[in-house]
Amino acid sequence: MHHSESTAIHPRGTLDFIRRFFANIPLLGWLAGALAAVILEQAVGTSLAHALGLPRIPVLFGFLIFLKQPALIPGALGYVLVSNILPVCIVAKIGAPLFNLLSRSLFRMPIVVTAVVHLAILYAIFHIWTDVSAYRLIMLKLMLISILLTLSLNVINGYMGEFSCSHPGFMALGAYAASLFTVGLFVNDRLFGEALLVSDFAVIFFPLGLIFAGLVSALGALIIAIPSFKTRGDYLAIISLAFTFIVKSFLENLEFLGGPRGLSGQPDWSSLPMVFIIVVLGVWIINNFVTSTMGKALNAVRDDEIAAEAMTVNTRKTKIIAFMFSAFWAGVAGGLFAHVIRFVNPSTFGIQKLAEVLAMVYFGGLNSVYGSIVGAVSISLLGEALRPLEILKWIIIPLLLILVMIFRPRGLISFKEFNIEKLLKPRG
Amino acid sequence: MSLLKVTSMTHKFGGLLAVSEYNLTIEPGQIVGLIGPNGAGKTTVFNLITGIYRPTAGRIEFNGQDVIGLAPNRIASLGLARTFQEMRLWRHMTVLEHVKMACYAKISYGLAGAFLQTPKRRRQEQEIEERAFASLKMFGVDQFASQLPVDLPYGAARRVEMARAAVTEPKLLFLDEPTVGMTPEEMMAMIEIIRDMHNKLKTAIFLIEHRLRVVTELCQRVQTLVFGQVIAEGNPEEIQNNPEVIKAYLGEEKVVA
Repeated sequence: MHHSESTAIHPRGTLDFIRRFFANIPLLGWLAGALAAVILEQAVGTSLAHALGLPRIPVLFGFLIFLKQPALIPGALGYVLVSNILPVCIVAKIGAPLFNLLSRSLFRMPIVVTAVVHLAILYAIFHIWTDVSAYRLIMLKLMLISILLTLSLNVINGYMGEFSCSHPGFMALGAYAASLFTVGLFVNDRLFGEALLVSDFAVIFFPLGLIFAGLVSALGALIIAIPSFKTRGDYLAIISLAFTFIVKSFLENLEFLGGPRGLSGQPDWSSLPMVFIIVVLGVWIINNFVTSTMGKALNAVRDDEIAAEAMTVNTRKTKIIAFMFSAFWAGVAGGLFAHVIRFVNPSTFGIQKLAEVLAMVYFGGLNSVYGSIVGAVSISLLGEALRPLEILKWIIIPLLLILVMIFRPRGLISFKEFNIEKLLKPRG
Repeated sequence: MSLLKVTSMTHKFGGLLAVSEYNLTIEPGQIVGLIGPNGAGKTTVFNLITGIYRPTAGRIEFNGQDVIGLAPNRIASLGLARTFQEMRLWRHMTVLEHVKMACYAKISYGLAGAFLQTPKRRRQEQEIEERAFASLKMFGVDQFASQLPVDLPYGAARRVEMARAAVTEPKLLFLDEPTVGMTPEEMMAMIEIIRDMHNKLKTAIFLIEHRLRVVTELCQRVQTLVFGQVIAEGNPEEIQNNPEVIKAYLGEEKVVA
């Protein structure tokens, strides 16, 4: 702040000033701020919206209103400012000393405890935020699932540096396998008949169904991996693209799975806590893998496979395990997805899904957990926010992607190791 | 028993005879050199023995075991490490990660350890990190541990590559032109590094070189390879004075200069 004159005019200076102003706030403070904001919204949101001339609470930070009803823009802006931005900033900044104190004492405990506390607050925020509208709930669930899907694809396209197009196929396998498990065993259904198992606690079997979904996908991955990892090059891209189409036509032609009409009647088991826990677990395990020396072998294979072999790395095993691992999580994501939408049909898992998940990976950044989270969240949010533009949406999002590719060819946050201690540490 | 015994190894690339009836014996702790003009097939010999190519004919025994057909990583795990003329460092990995990666064969925490934070994984990762640091220290490049290869000075990158090969605890180390592109001072420093490593680790070394100075300083025995065939073998003095070698090898050097 030693040249205050230039800070006032120069945009970079202003940004710098803002950054320094908020620099002493730990993540815990931001979470507390967000929690305060969502509680405030739950309590007075409706009256606030009415007072600002809005028919109801803007569900997605006013984005849908900006594009649909321009007359309501001032009201929406005011709402976002009063109900979202101000509470977060004020609580975070004023409470900073307190949150740093809490953060410090949390930090003395094992990192697991610290992480769980942060995650619990994050879950509370999600829970209260989605309480306001069913639209928010479904959007948030799909966003969380896309984080898992994006990160699992990043393992192959980023960490391992091969180009795989098979994720919609893996997701489809997972979606159908999990649906088969739940609809076949726990639901009275016209395709599969009476439920075989009836229990009030059936939902606790859902993780088993998801594991089954993941294993089916991993098996699919093995079929691709055996022929395509004998050599390097474009083989994987071509074979995996073919795989996606084969899975799609295969499902379209299986009458007992509903054929092209699809499969419905999935129980409502992808609840927010279920999705949240599975996604957090998935991200944690994937991050564990890519930070271990065994997982870093993927980077060695990508950067120079001959050198990796000469340094005792079993490259073939590394590639096959990584591919099956990635497919496993894509399958789990598919299983969750099927139980959020509660309907699956083959055409969901086509080329458009592929474009979407590839966009998330490359937009967010290769070889990075942060990147996958940022990519999945921003593309999901953009997709929803620009929905009123209808077909124009499919021009704006690719344009943005092209811009990112020009200025940051490897994505927004690439090649950055996820550092949980740095993320959660006290800042003052 | 010899550490490495190669008998009548022959390799053809299509119709081209790259290596013909090649024989080599290396005893434990020995330093052997391989010289020859450009394109003589020196690196091909390395690639054949380390399993990157499979020879058309011949036998290769390492430590009493037939290694033909084994994958390069298996051969490396048996104790045959190598460096590369073009170094082949991993672009996006830090120096420490390079050397840790070469401990891959020593990891036994399995998939459970890779996916979860098991105590065994923590212990083993800690162990190989210490081992990696020791190796970096031995080559005097531990201060670069957190840096990427692109940020290293050339000589340091060469040392990192040697630290990476040495950490596998090889019985035999192949060095492919370790002084290529170096100034005379850097070359002398590299000779000292190799000598020092040989004294400490007692590994046998098989060395490809272009510069006779390196070979005469380090090797007990030298082979000269021309067009895939060994035309002379002996101690450095014999090789330097061999008329065949002077014609084939030094003659070429004059043309280059």
